[in-house]
Amino acid sequence: MGSKPRLMGYRRENGTMGIRNHVIILPLDDLSNAAAEAVAKVIPGTLALPHAFGRLQFGEDLALTFQTLIGTGKNANVAAVVVIGIEPKWTQKVADGIAATGKPVAAFSIEGKGDLQVIAEASRVAAMFLQDASALEREATEMGEMIMSIKCGESDTTSGLGSCPTTSQAVDRWVAAGGTVFFGETSELTGGEHLIAERCIDDACRDLFNLTYENYIKVIEATGANLLGSQPTQGNIAGGLTTIEEKALGNIAKTGSVPVVGVLKPAQEPDPKKKGLYFMDSSSAAAECVTLMAAAGAVIHLFPTGQGNVIGNPIIPVLKLTANIKTANSMKEHMDLDVSGLLRYEYDLTKAGDMMMDVIYKTVNGRLCTAEVMGHREFTFTKLYISA
Amino acid sequence: MAITPPQFLLHHDGDNVAVAMMDLQPGTLHGRSVKEGTESDAQLNHAIPLGHKFALTDLAEGDAIIKYGIKVGLASAAIKKGDYIHTHNMRSYRWEASRA
Repeated sequence: MGSKPRLMGYRRENGTMGIRNHVIILPLDDLSNAAAEAVAKVIPGTLALPHAFGRLQFGEDLALTFQTLIGTGKNANVAAVVVIGIEPKWTQKVADGIAATGKPVAAFSIEGKGDLQVIAEASRVAAMFLQDASALEREATEMGEMIMSIKCGESDTTSGLGSCPTTSQAVDRWVAAGGTVFFGETSELTGGEHLIAERCIDDACRDLFNLTYENYIKVIEATGANLLGSQPTQGNIAGGLTTIEEKALGNIAKTGSVPVVGVLKPAQEPDPKKKGLYFMDSSSAAAECVTLMAAAGAVIHLFPTGQGNVIGNPIIPVLKLTANIKTANSMKEHMDLDVSGLLRYEYDLTKAGDMMMDVIYKTVNGRLCTAEVMGHREFTFTKLYISA
Repeated sequence: MAITPPQFLLHHDGDNVAVAMMDLQPGTLHGRSVKEGTESDAQLNHAIPLGHKFALTDLAEGDAIIKYGIKVGLASAAIKKGDYIHTHNMRSYRWEASRA
């Protein structure tokens, strides 16, 4: 364990490297979920990604929905995309955004045709895309070619002691090997935001981080709300975490020791020439955050948990680890790695990091993670404000 | 490196709270600090579950609660050494409105 095995992934038309080979049926809007899900039933092996939004959004909020849809389609874990929308204009806009990668994309709109005709037409194309994708072969790759994302959830005090430091090991090793990592959860840095600011690689990065953090917190503080039960969550509190500051320091314990090289907007792709650890402005809600990170190009996600979050994502494997012995035993089917032995001093952090890397290597090479096996495919948009 | 599993852990020497590593009953406990590896004994006054915290020193209302060597909240009531610490006697110092 700890020795680096050969990593194998799918090289996409634009050179990016994926570790899964999905053909997705992507609804542009809530109205098109039914047709998209029907296509995925007609052509088993394709994957529909239903979601709740895409209508009457405007401005920055609409731009983020487009960015999330296009980014999801562009993700290197996706081989081909069928986009279905109620009307042709926005549907084509999303299809064109994805087609910039060179991967196969087809767009269908429902107005003037109805669901049944669209399902028939889109199913023919989906069938062809699936056959073509199934003929693609994995080729040798390395960590430097892939983006990993990290976000914890249903954290407790064992997270900051065990599962987050273990994740840190993987972050440092991934970046040392030339790879890129995303972390986020803007509000969940509160009380430790200075620790992230200190790690920003230059003043421009630091200023942007501070501004991004302050803008997010202003929105929260302007409500005057009591956040106990929301942030920290009821699960966090049940697990022994009392304040946002205590939770934040556990959260930050997973970000490794490498510098922060850049600050990203939600779902924004990193500079491909600048590898390393990026901060992404994002909600701390698990599915929202992972959806944004996958839309920005992450192909694998590490998810430390304490009380036992069950999250997955439709297009990227979400690996869950815990150092809470009760959770490791009671929620086995959701856990990819049990590092509770770290807190019993059965092994040290380096060894826990080796165990984590072993799970990562296997997952990269195609072994399904628990979230994939359990059918967890949470695809959840971040909404910036009300729709028109 | 096999040692007896600690009953509590503190992140850094100097932290004034410790975390239960198993469901604990009142009494004298044995634990250690993660960063420095310093072993110590501590008194627990209440039964607390795995993951919950107790005080390593007496604290007056308004005193800083230190974990990871950093302030993570304030005592919202007087706390005695060995007392259970959670939302009933500790609050955020950043989000004033967030209190039990």
